[in-house]
Amino acid sequence: MSLNALWEYANPKKFIQTTDRVLPWFAWSAALTLVVGLIWGFFFTPDDYRQGSTVKIIYLHVPAALMAINAWLMMLITSLVWIVRRHHVSALAARAAAPVGMIMTVIALLTGAIWGQPMWGTWWAWDPRLTSFLILFLFYLGYIALWEAIENDDTAADLTSILCLVGSVFALLSRYAVNFWNQGLHQGASLSLDKEENVHDVFWYPLVVAMAGFALLFIALVLMRTRTEIRARRMRALLARERMGA
Amino acid sequence: MIALLVRDIRLAMRAGGGFGLGLSFFLIVVVLVPFGVGPQSALLSKIAPGILWLGALLACLLSLDRIFALDWEDGSLDLLATSPLPMEGIVSVKALAHWLTTGLPLVLVAPVLGVLLNLPEAGFLWLTLSLALGTPALSVIGTFGAALTVGLKRGGLLLSLLVLPLYVPTLIFGAEVARRGAEGFDITTPLLFLAGITCGTIALLPFASAAVLRVNLR
Amino acid sequence: MMLTVTDLSIARGGIPVLEGLNLTLGAGQAMVLRGPNGIGKTTFLRTIAGLQPPLSGQVEVTPESLVYAGHADGIKPTLTVTENLSFWAQAFGNRDISAAISAFALGPLAGRPAGALSAGQKRRLGLARLLVTGREIWVLDEPTVSLDTDAVAMFAAAVRAHLAQGGAALIATHIDLGLSEAQVLDVGPYRAKPLDIEDFDGAFL
Repeated sequence: MSLNALWEYANPKKFIQTTDRVLPWFAWSAALTLVVGLIWGFFFTPDDYRQGSTVKIIYLHVPAALMAINAWLMMLITSLVWIVRRHHVSALAARAAAPVGMIMTVIALLTGAIWGQPMWGTWWAWDPRLTSFLILFLFYLGYIALWEAIENDDTAADLTSILCLVGSVFALLSRYAVNFWNQGLHQGASLSLDKEENVHDVFWYPLVVAMAGFALLFIALVLMRTRTEIRARRMRALLARERMGA
Repeated sequence: MIALLVRDIRLAMRAGGGFGLGLSFFLIVVVLVPFGVGPQSALLSKIAPGILWLGALLACLLSLDRIFALDWEDGSLDLLATSPLPMEGIVSVKALAHWLTTGLPLVLVAPVLGVLLNLPEAGFLWLTLSLALGTPALSVIGTFGAALTVGLKRGGLLLSLLVLPLYVPTLIFGAEVARRGAEGFDITTPLLFLAGITCGTIALLPFASAAVLRVNLR
Repeated sequence: MMLTVTDLSIARGGIPVLEGLNLTLGAGQAMVLRGPNGIGKTTFLRTIAGLQPPLSGQVEVTPESLVYAGHADGIKPTLTVTENLSFWAQAFGNRDISAAISAFALGPLAGRPAGALSAGQKRRLGLARLLVTGREIWVLDEPTVSLDTDAVAMFAAAVRAHLAQGGAALIATHIDLGLSEAQVLDVGPYRAKPLDIEDFDGAFL
């Protein structure tokens, strides 16, 4: 399939038709992978010798964090596609992904707090990673608020796309700034969250399955929400058409 | 372009222009802080750089929605957009006018307010310098936010929501320079980062602001 | 030709309002746009002024030759009449504002803050702005709102003088300006037909 064939799906009708067929597959495989990954992770892995059973929240925390960032990346790409090629489905997909990404960020923050409490004795620390996620959450909030505030769909798509581009640059800048800022305060962070590097294989395999599950869940949710956005937009267009006295 | 700058500064200085509002706000914030955290001079001098930076940032934020809102309401923005001035130039001049009428006065009074907060002596130079370097970035970023929300009723709150996350890097590096300066540490790295952010935003962000403004004028 | 519009379709808020518009305007010519409220005259003029992109079709005009005046005059209440005019003159690269002041009888008001002017006086100030821009094509949206008969005559004289100097004007208005030489374009018949419902999917429109 050449790349050009991909643009066919930018047609809302074609998009709805195609997702009609593939959405159940994504939804069911997401459910299956999540169940397998989480049950495997929660019940069939040994407790960590230091962290006990609290370590198992990793199967929610890490995949959610991963998708929180990937959702923003997806919004960045779809925003670029809207700016360059002006395919409406692309802009609506970005709009659809934002709340999902925001919820993933919240899950990552909450599970992190629940995990952090027994581990470090505190619900929250201004660790660079935690802080970066909090800032990411604020970016999601602003992006969604801008979509909601503007009535004209095309204007909203244009403005939010540019906000997404500018926001991405500043989010990246903030990430480095926060790293720098925390070292500056504490002379080397005492709380390390570098878990990926020292995760044992026994934990790693169910984690990969859980991450795949979250990715599939994200795709299914975004497809579903994009369909909703397309229909909502078509509804607004129909209403406007009626008002014109057609 | 110069005519626009002169006009904007003149408008800000005339009655009802809001010149001085940011300054008064800055003053009030700084006066309120000791009431909130207590009068111990050791504590105050420790948090002084951060408070002064945060106060300056909020004072800056306060006047952002005026950058385009008035010109939007009375139709000037449409007329400016069809004038020979390029849109990128218009937003740059607007940001410059905002800095001259809001940012620069803040930079100048910050040392005076530093006295109120027991800012250590070594900190005055670095506080002023970091504000002088950082506030232009605040104005330019704020102009982008103002351009995003220009047509919206009650856009002020949304403007803050959009602009504050964008202010994070500037605040971090700016306050870091002031704090390290006050404590007598080496300030080279954050100072360079701060200067870099300011230069980068001044060079690039006006293009985004202009694009956004064009969309909003459609 | 100074301004050529070919098969232009325009949309307001994403909904097509006018389609198939054609017009040409040469030096010394004026055209008056007529049509009921909400038909899209303002959108049409804003499209010609380059403030918004057309849905389809073309507007051929040198952007540097055109000046637009909308419903709002872009007047700053705290600046004086002279300051307001000088600013717009400088923005368009000119200096001299005396001709504009006398053409709209603003002399006695020159030192007053624009905020202290009546609605009609403000409108005269807004129209005087056209003269200081030095541009050839005037694109005017309801220029005579809140003007009295004397001021309307003043405006008509200014337009006539502008045309005599080789300028052109495109004016949307409801009242008779007494410009007998102007062509009239009623945009009513160009109202856009709603898109076919099956054709809807591409752009939702």
